[in-house]
Amino acid sequence: MSQHDDSALMVKIRDLRFAHGARTIFDGMDFDIPRGKITAIMGPSGTGKTTLLRLIGGQLAPLAGSVLVEGENIHGVSRDNLYRLRKRMSLLFQTGALFTDLTVFENVAFPLREHTRLPESMLRDLVLMKLQVVGLRGARDLMPAELSGGMARRVALARAIALDPAMIMYDEPFTGQDPITVGVIMQLIRMLTDTLGITSIIVSHDVHELSMISDYMYMIAGGKVVGYGTPQELGHSESGWIRQFLGGLPDGPVPFHYPAVDYAQDLLAGVTP
Amino acid sequence: MIDWFQNLGRTSLAIFERLGCSGLFLLRVLAALPALATRPRLLIIQLYSVGVLSMMLIVISGLNVGMVLGLQGYNTLVDFGAEDSLGQVVALSLVRELGPVVAALLFAGRAGSALTAEIGLMKATEQLAGMEMMAVDPMKRVIAPRFIAAVLSMPLLATMFSAVGVLGGYFVGVGLLGVDSGAFWSQMQSKVDFYDDIVNGLVKSVVFGFVAAWIAVFEGYDAVPTTEGVSRATTRTVVHTAFAVLGLDFILTALMFGSD
Repeated sequence: MSQHDDSALMVKIRDLRFAHGARTIFDGMDFDIPRGKITAIMGPSGTGKTTLLRLIGGQLAPLAGSVLVEGENIHGVSRDNLYRLRKRMSLLFQTGALFTDLTVFENVAFPLREHTRLPESMLRDLVLMKLQVVGLRGARDLMPAELSGGMARRVALARAIALDPAMIMYDEPFTGQDPITVGVIMQLIRMLTDTLGITSIIVSHDVHELSMISDYMYMIAGGKVVGYGTPQELGHSESGWIRQFLGGLPDGPVPFHYPAVDYAQDLLAGVTP
Repeated sequence: MIDWFQNLGRTSLAIFERLGCSGLFLLRVLAALPALATRPRLLIIQLYSVGVLSMMLIVISGLNVGMVLGLQGYNTLVDFGAEDSLGQVVALSLVRELGPVVAALLFAGRAGSALTAEIGLMKATEQLAGMEMMAVDPMKRVIAPRFIAAVLSMPLLATMFSAVGVLGGYFVGVGLLGVDSGAFWSQMQSKVDFYDDIVNGLVKSVVFGFVAAWIAVFEGYDAVPTTEGVSRATTRTVVHTAFAVLGLDFILTALMFGSD
């Protein structure tokens, strides 16, 4: 897994262990997220993909293991340093998490107003530039309730890049979007990565879209990494599990049937002699 | 029997755990308060939505309560030929008890529930988590301004309630039932003590405001982030505030007026 030296890594995760109550989510995972690339993290629903992003963002603490962001252990730093690191990263929530009482303009302006003391005219220019990137400069006066799901995600993306972060984490960016919106978001992610050198982490199970834009892909299941490589490498993988997941096959190493007693026996058990 | 004790133990532990959580939460809120000094705008916005928007309810309720007090007080006093004391009866009832207590109960229903629902929904829609990820502390940005706005609004609203209530009593007693206007005011002036009555009433409303604000923001922040969770939290805010206000009112009354 250590295909990159440490300076080329944005995030380095070692022996990560995490549990929700009695349910183990991660059972000793290792991850490397290289700088300036798009890394996709795939896995079936409920494998803890969103939890992983929250662990990287320092919103959840692991039971064991370390999460290094730009070489600093995010769970070992002081609150001030945690906030300093968070200014360097953005998390794009699945819902967008826009502030419903603020306009599109004020939503994008929010991180700038909180963290900088820019004059109003410069702040306005910056916000309009960010909105122009996502194509929503004309929607600046709308309220979040007036936006479609795809537009809300683009506004959230504009807000996420407001402070020029070094890394953006996308939580299921394509889920529930129409094909045009999916295309727009894919193009935006690729463009931000290529032009601004932003490190992108995408958590999703949209195999097709991820294969098209990712530089590297991780596949996780059962709390462990089950596959890693470029989309081409994974496409040629011999692993039955990876073939099933990428091919969307209903049966395979991940069984179609929930564990149960033998079918014939089960049916006969209801027959009274 | 064993089950009964087990349940009792489990319930008691849960109650203490929640009390502990809310206590720690309060400490975090108090620690976030100094940050507001540089952002007075945040507080002003909340003073408007928590305090100013509650005024209409408080004024109308205060007027009604005062009018009913005037009517009921007159009917009782007139039997003893003591209707001149109506001013004293109305003022003391309002300033000592009804002002702080009823205003706090109305406040919990109007502003407390709204605070809980707003904070709970911000949590459910990941706005609080989003804020944290933007390196903005929701305690300082969201919770502290709402908490302090509620604490500051409550005594003002209770005072307003009492003042309008006295006018309501005057309107019914003097205006409609024929009590002497001079007697109404002079009795009130001579029998209502500034420290014993007005300041004690104000102390009550400050305590109730603090508790109502604490419960409202804690329930919102602690709400299960689902539709049902927010709805339950909103109900809990109103119910718990009512219990806390009524319980504290008895304790405070016993401490303040018990030795008279």
